[in-house]
Amino acid sequence: MNDSNTAARQPDVRPAPMQRNAKSANRYGELQAARPMIECREVHKYYGDYHALRGIDLDIREGEFFSLLGPSGCGKTTLLRTIAGFEDISSGVVLIDDKDMAAVPANKRPTNMVFQSYAIFPHLTVAENVAFGLRRDPRSKSEKAAAVDEALKMVGLTGYGNRAAHALSGGQRQRVALARALILKPKVLLLDEPLSALDRKMREQMQVELIKLQRQVGITFVLVTHDQEEALVMSDRIAVMFEGQIAQLDEPESLYARPVTRRVADFIGVMNFLPATILSEDGEVIRVDVEGLGEIELAHSQVARNEDPDAGPMIGFRPEAVSIFPAGQSQTAPRQNGGTIDEVVYYGDMTYYDVRLDEEDGTQSKPVRISMRNVYGRDVSCVGDRGVIGWAPSSLILFR
Amino acid sequence: MSAPRFDAEARQGLAMVSPPLIYAILLLAAPLLTILAYSFFKDGYLEVIREFTLENYRAVWTDPVFHKIMLRSLGVAVAVTLATVLLAFPVAYFLSFVVKPERKALWIFLITIPFWTSYLIRVFLWKVILGHNGVINSSLTGLGLIDEPLGFLLFNVQAMVITLAHAYAPFAILPIYVALEKIDRSLLEAGRDLGESRLMTFWRVTLPLAMPGVIAATLIVFIPTIGDYVTPELIGGGKIPMIANMVQANMLALDNKPMGSALAITAMLIVTVVSLIFLFFNRRFLRVQQ
Repeated sequence: MNDSNTAARQPDVRPAPMQRNAKSANRYGELQAARPMIECREVHKYYGDYHALRGIDLDIREGEFFSLLGPSGCGKTTLLRTIAGFEDISSGVVLIDDKDMAAVPANKRPTNMVFQSYAIFPHLTVAENVAFGLRRDPRSKSEKAAAVDEALKMVGLTGYGNRAAHALSGGQRQRVALARALILKPKVLLLDEPLSALDRKMREQMQVELIKLQRQVGITFVLVTHDQEEALVMSDRIAVMFEGQIAQLDEPESLYARPVTRRVADFIGVMNFLPATILSEDGEVIRVDVEGLGEIELAHSQVARNEDPDAGPMIGFRPEAVSIFPAGQSQTAPRQNGGTIDEVVYYGDMTYYDVRLDEEDGTQSKPVRISMRNVYGRDVSCVGDRGVIGWAPSSLILFR
Repeated sequence: MSAPRFDAEARQGLAMVSPPLIYAILLLAAPLLTILAYSFFKDGYLEVIREFTLENYRAVWTDPVFHKIMLRSLGVAVAVTLATVLLAFPVAYFLSFVVKPERKALWIFLITIPFWTSYLIRVFLWKVILGHNGVINSSLTGLGLIDEPLGFLLFNVQAMVITLAHAYAPFAILPIYVALEKIDRSLLEAGRDLGESRLMTFWRVTLPLAMPGVIAATLIVFIPTIGDYVTPELIGGGKIPMIANMVQANMLALDNKPMGSALAITAMLIVTVVSLIFLFFNRRFLRVQQ
């Protein structure tokens, strides 16, 4: 894939990692210049002896779709609830719109929340739910009713106003929760795992709708999720959290292509790891010997941290950074290795191959996962088949 | 194919429900029907004349004594219900929102302790506390705060309300507690998040959602207290009868079973009507599914 000639002949066309397709370059620039809406400085939170947030430093920009991503128990929900005002922080500062939130209770903060359970009031109708926060709004009754209709229209629930809240489906509850929060025109909308209760189809549909809604209203959205795919699809920027700390804060593309630690790489998508030995290192390149791949020269920009120093240096690559072809078929990747297919997982549009790479001493490496886009007219290879693995050193990351 | 199997299932079902059904017919429906029948019979000397008459009901409805006693029974029951539910709500709220989850079972256990002794003993207990030489009077005299024992503590309606409210407190606490426990806590956070203070969130979210429990507590306290017999007899000193005492007097002392039956049926109808009106006015709270 390093010159145009080979790229044209490659049967599977992959997007270059840094290409921004979903979000326009214009929006990207605007957001980079935007002022911070939420600022966290050295935020710590203890529950008794348990240290839930360990010094969070974070700027969330105005108008940004920001995600807090991490496994359960990493503190992402605690951080969101801290911003909402449901949890007091043990030390540190949280600023929203340049104002210190230390003495501001949840009901006085310029934030609104979409709860994981949606928290729709079961004793009220849909319209009463949406109008709940308008009690002290000075507008007339008819103006408020019009605002409720407008909010319901925005989330695609026109005509549902008189329905009983408990008669709604999960997706509809979610929309009511959104309308109820957005009608108050908050500076920040907080979303606590809002899609986790929906089925896959509904979830994917709501992801797209949420992105559109965020563009439309221009409010800062802060999403908490444990689903890395969801975070990659929806966010302008993502903070990956482990054990109460932010491990990496980046745009989705950078996070995926250039994880800064092995743990981030492992959490976001699939990453293959092969043990490596560092042979030599100078100001320009690092020469490593990788099990199954041989000797490689890497640039210093391809180095990331390995949190576990005992594990030794590792080479990591994504399943789609490598391709596999039946043995004997000519291909033009800069580096090629032989291997045996250990497992085939067919997904319709894609196939995952677990491949054992040949070693120089005649043994084989542990299986690595390779994904290939399926092309009509080309047979999917079978378990036990020999294949040629094509790759380029530029798509590898050294964790050490 | 499926018909015989269904019959077998139906037989099995019938076999399972018949013991409680027979029990219920014998012990609930049969006495009730007997009372209903008696209320339409004539009273003779030392016997009941089995002839249909509406005279008993006419007598009940035109009797000023019945009016007074029925109104007093309703008044006492309403006062007891109000006192019990209003005092039970904070206790139930404390139990649900303040007590740590691992301590809740212990607290519920403590609340049921009064049930370990019989109702009669608990009523006597209040007599000991409120009586002429009772706990309150002897304490106050001992402290030199009063010279003469207070006479207004016992043998009046207030004393009856205090006694009954204490006796029925757990019946009110438990249904309200269950209703409060069922409230999803994120609803309260949502109320706060949407700009309401804690007090307004309680008023707009917690209270409406606890209403099914409050309604249950109200009925559970109101219905039995209206027909209470022991407390008016002991705490009221027999001088302030309620409807049950009047029924008892007619049934035994006056030996007028048809009149006693008509009184009992009338009182039952009044309780039913009052309860249905109460439910009607609170119907919107009962439709909520959480």
